[in-house]
Amino acid sequence: MYAVFVIFLPFIMAALLPAMHRLIGDRLIGWYVMAVPLVLFATLVRLIPRIADGEVIDASYAWIPDAGIDLAVRVDGLGMIFALLITGVGTLVALYSIYYLSPRESLGHFYVYLLLFMGAMLGVVFSDNLMLLYTFWELTSISSFLLIAFWYHRKGSRYGAQKAMLITVMGGVSMLAGFLMLYFMTGTFSISEIIGMRDTLAGESMIIPAMFLILLGAFTKSVQFPFHIWLPDAMEAPTPVSAYLHSATMVKAGIYLVALFTPLFGGLEAWFWSLTIAGIVTLLWGAFNAMKQNDLKALLAYSTISQLGLIMSLLGFGSAALSADAAGNPTVYAAAGFAALFYLLNHSTFKGLLFMVIGIVDHEIGTRDIRRLGGLMSFMPVTFTFAVIGSFSMAGLPPFNGFLSKEMFFGAAVDIASGQPFAGGAEVLFPVVGWLASVFTFVYCTIIVYRTFLGPVQPEKIDRTPHEAPKGMLVAPGILAALVILIFFFPNVVGKYVIGPAMQVMFPVLSQEANLVPKIEAWHGVNLPLVMTFGVIALGLLLFITFRHWKRIYRVAPFRWTMDSIYRGVLQTGEAASTIVTDLYMTGRSRDYFAFIYLFFLVTVGGMLFLTGAFEPDFSRGPVGIFEISFVIIMAFAAIAMLFARSRITATLLNGVLGYSVAIFFVFFRAPDLALTQTVIETVTTVLFLLCFHFLPEWKPEDSPLRTKVVNGLIAIGAGTLVTAFGLTVQGYDVYASISSYFEDSYKLAGGSNIVNAILGDFRAFDTMLEVVVLFIAGIGVYTLIALKPKKGGDDVEGK
Amino acid sequence: MKENDVILRTVTRVVVFIILTFGVELFLSGHHNPGGGFVGGLVLSSALVLLYVVFDIETVHQGVPFDFRKIAAFGAMLSLLSGTAAAVLGKPFLTQGFGYFDLPIFGLTELATVTIFEAGVALTVIGTVVTIILSISKDV
Repeated sequence: MYAVFVIFLPFIMAALLPAMHRLIGDRLIGWYVMAVPLVLFATLVRLIPRIADGEVIDASYAWIPDAGIDLAVRVDGLGMIFALLITGVGTLVALYSIYYLSPRESLGHFYVYLLLFMGAMLGVVFSDNLMLLYTFWELTSISSFLLIAFWYHRKGSRYGAQKAMLITVMGGVSMLAGFLMLYFMTGTFSISEIIGMRDTLAGESMIIPAMFLILLGAFTKSVQFPFHIWLPDAMEAPTPVSAYLHSATMVKAGIYLVALFTPLFGGLEAWFWSLTIAGIVTLLWGAFNAMKQNDLKALLAYSTISQLGLIMSLLGFGSAALSADAAGNPTVYAAAGFAALFYLLNHSTFKGLLFMVIGIVDHEIGTRDIRRLGGLMSFMPVTFTFAVIGSFSMAGLPPFNGFLSKEMFFGAAVDIASGQPFAGGAEVLFPVVGWLASVFTFVYCTIIVYRTFLGPVQPEKIDRTPHEAPKGMLVAPGILAALVILIFFFPNVVGKYVIGPAMQVMFPVLSQEANLVPKIEAWHGVNLPLVMTFGVIALGLLLFITFRHWKRIYRVAPFRWTMDSIYRGVLQTGEAASTIVTDLYMTGRSRDYFAFIYLFFLVTVGGMLFLTGAFEPDFSRGPVGIFEISFVIIMAFAAIAMLFARSRITATLLNGVLGYSVAIFFVFFRAPDLALTQTVIETVTTVLFLLCFHFLPEWKPEDSPLRTKVVNGLIAIGAGTLVTAFGLTVQGYDVYASISSYFEDSYKLAGGSNIVNAILGDFRAFDTMLEVVVLFIAGIGVYTLIALKPKKGGDDVEGK
Repeated sequence: MKENDVILRTVTRVVVFIILTFGVELFLSGHHNPGGGFVGGLVLSSALVLLYVVFDIETVHQGVPFDFRKIAAFGAMLSLLSGTAAAVLGKPFLTQGFGYFDLPIFGLTELATVTIFEAGVALTVIGTVVTIILSISKDV
C-alpha cells in the first residue's frame, strides 16, 4: 500500500490543486505543493531501515490483466535512492520556487506540472511492470515538455520543449520496442521475473537488439552523446525546473534504467562497451563544451551532460563484475557501480545547489551572462559561499563530497584499465580521458566562481544594483550546501543505508558472497587517484589562466560542426519533404479526395479479393421477395436521377430517398434498432444539409473534361460493384465459429433482452465509450473550426 | 424575407413534446426493446433542432438555456466515469451490473448501471448534434 500511496499522492494533489489554489490563493499554494514531497520524503526515510535489511516492499493490482499489465509496484534499494532524490530535492525545489516565481506567473499550471512530474518520476522508479514503467517514463517526458515551455511566449522555450520532447519520446518508443522484445522472449512484463530469468535469456538471439533498444531510451533520457543536444535548450525552463528535472531527477531516469537492467544485461560484452564508450565520450565532450559557454545555465547544462556520462561509464565499469570470467575479483568492478550511485547522489546535491545559486544571480541581477557579471562576492556573500561549496565539490576538491566520488571514479577507471574481462584495448584510454575531462571540469568550475563573484564589478552592464537574495530563497541551497559538506564527513552512513541496499539489487549474485559496500575514506594515503587530483588542480589552473589564448580552438571546424545542426537539418528536410508529398494530394477539392479513397479501396480490397480467389458469390441465402426488388428499383431510380438533378434541393431529397430506403431494408431484415437509428440519422442529416446550403457554391452542371468524367465514372462504378461483390462474398464464408450464441444469453448476463444494446452497453462497452469520446471530439472540432476561426486582420495563432 | 409560418409554429409547439416523449421512451426502453442511448439522444436532439429551425436561436435559448458544449463534455465524462466504478470495485473497467428491486408504484423493477452509461451516450449525442448545427447556423 505504501508504495502505491507514494506514487499516486502527487497525482491526487495535482487534481485537487486548482480548487485549492482558488481557496488559499497565490501566496500559499507553493506551501501546499511543498507539503507533498515533504510528506513522501518522511514516509520514505522511515522505510530506510527496512530496505537496508534487504526487505522489498511490493504490491500488485490487476490493471489490464488480459495483457499481463499490472499495477505492480516494488520498493527496493535501487528505487529508494532515486525516490529519496525525487522527494528530497523536490521539497527543496518547491521551497525555492515559492520565492523564485513571481505571483504574476500562472502558478497553478506550474505546480500542477511539477506534481505531475513528481508522480510520474516516482512511478518510473517504483514500477515492477515494463508497461507501467513505460507509461510513467513518457509521462515524465510530457511533464518536462510542459515545464520547459512554461514561458511559452518565448520562441526559445517552445523550441527547447519541442526538441526535448522529440528526442526523449523517440528514445522512449525505441525502449518500448525493446520491452516488447523482452516480453516475447519471457512471456511476462514483470521486471523482477524477467531479471530472474537471466540465465535462460542469455542464450536468446534477440537479447542484444533488445538491449540496444532499451539503451537508446536510457541514452536519450540521460543525455548521452549524441543525444545530449536537447539539454542545453531545455535550460529555457524556469531555474527551479532546471535544478529539479534537468539535473537532479529526470535526466537520471536513464541511469536508473541502466542500473535496473544491470542484473539482466550486465556481463554482456556489448553492454559493457556501449555504456563505457558512450559515457566516456559524453564525459569529455560535455566538459569540453561547458568551458566555452557564456550563459551560466548553459554551462551547468553541459556540465550535467558531462557528469551523467561519468556516471554512465561507471555503471559500465561495474557491469564487468557480472561477467562470467570477471578475472577473479568481481568486487573490484562492483565498486565502480557503488561509485556510480555515490556520484549520482553527490551530483544531485552539488548540481542542485549550483542551479539554485545561478537562479539567485539571475533573479537578483537580471542576467546570467558571465560577460556582464563579476565582483558579486561583496554584494552577495552568502550566495558566493554556496557557489564556492558547489563548484569546489563539482571540481573534486576536499572537504566536499565531490572529492570522494571523483577519487572513486579515478580508482575505478584505473582498475578497469589494468584489466577487464572482455576483448578490447580501448580501456587504457579511460583513465586518461577521464582525467582530462576532470581538468576541464576544474576549469569551468573556476569560471563559475571567478567570472561571477570575483574580478571587477561591471555596473554599466547590469540593470540593477546587486544585493543579497531574500532569506527564504537561501534556505533550500543552504540545506544542499550543508549536505555537500556532511556527506564528505560521514560518507559511510550514506554508503551503508542508502547505497548498500541498491548494490544488492544491482548485483544480486555477488551480494551473497561478498560485501559490496566499500569503506569510503577521505584520506587513503598517497596513491594514483590522489596524484591524479593534484594533476587536475595544477593543469586546471594553468588552463584557466591561459584560457584567452587557447579559446580559438572552439572555432576549429570539427568543433563547430555540432549534432545540433544535424538535428535542425533532419527536421527541416523532413518538413520540406512532407510538404512536397502533402501538396501532391491535398488539392482542396473533395472530389479528388473521394477519388483517392475509392481508388485505394478498389486497389487493396478489390485486388485482395481477386488475387486470393475469394470471390465466390452466394445467392443461396433466402428468397428475394417482391418488396426487396421494388425497393432496389426505387433506390436505383433515385441514384440515377440524382445525376440529372437540376437543383441541389432535388439532389438532397433524392439522397434522402436512398437513406430511408436503406432503413426500410433494415425493417425487412428484422433489425428494428438499425432501422430506427438510420431513420433518425437521415432526418438530422437532411436538416444539416439544408443548413449548409448557404455555404455551398452554386449548383453548376459538370463542366470538367470528358477524360476526368470517364475516370470518375469508372471509379464510381468500380466502387459500387466492389461493395456488391464484397457483400455477396461475405455471405458465403463461415471461416470462424459464430459468436452470436454468446450474445443470446444477454438476458442472463446483462439483464437486457435487447441483444444490440446489451452488446453496445455491456459486452463491448469499451468500444461504445471510445465512440462517444470520438463523437464529442468531432463536435468540438466542428465548433472550433467555425466559431474560433481568426477574424480578418486578427492575430495569427502562431504569432508569426 | 418574412415567411408566414404560423402553421409550422403552431404544430411544432405540440409536436415537440411528442418527439421529446418519444425520445425518452426510446432511451428507457432500449434495455429490452429497440431504442437506447444513441437513438434516444438523436431523437431528443432532433426535437431541439426542430425548435431552432422554427423559432430563432435567441427565443429557444431563453427556454432551453443550456450550453450544449458542456452537455456533450458532461456526457462523454459520464460514460467514461461510469466504468470506473466497476474498476474501483475490483471488476474489469466498464463492467455493468443489474438487479431487480421492489419499488413502490413501479413494482418489481430492473435497475441496471448500463442506464448511466447510456445516459452519457445520449447526452453526448444531444450536445454534439446541437453544437454542430448551432455553430453552422450561427455562422451564416
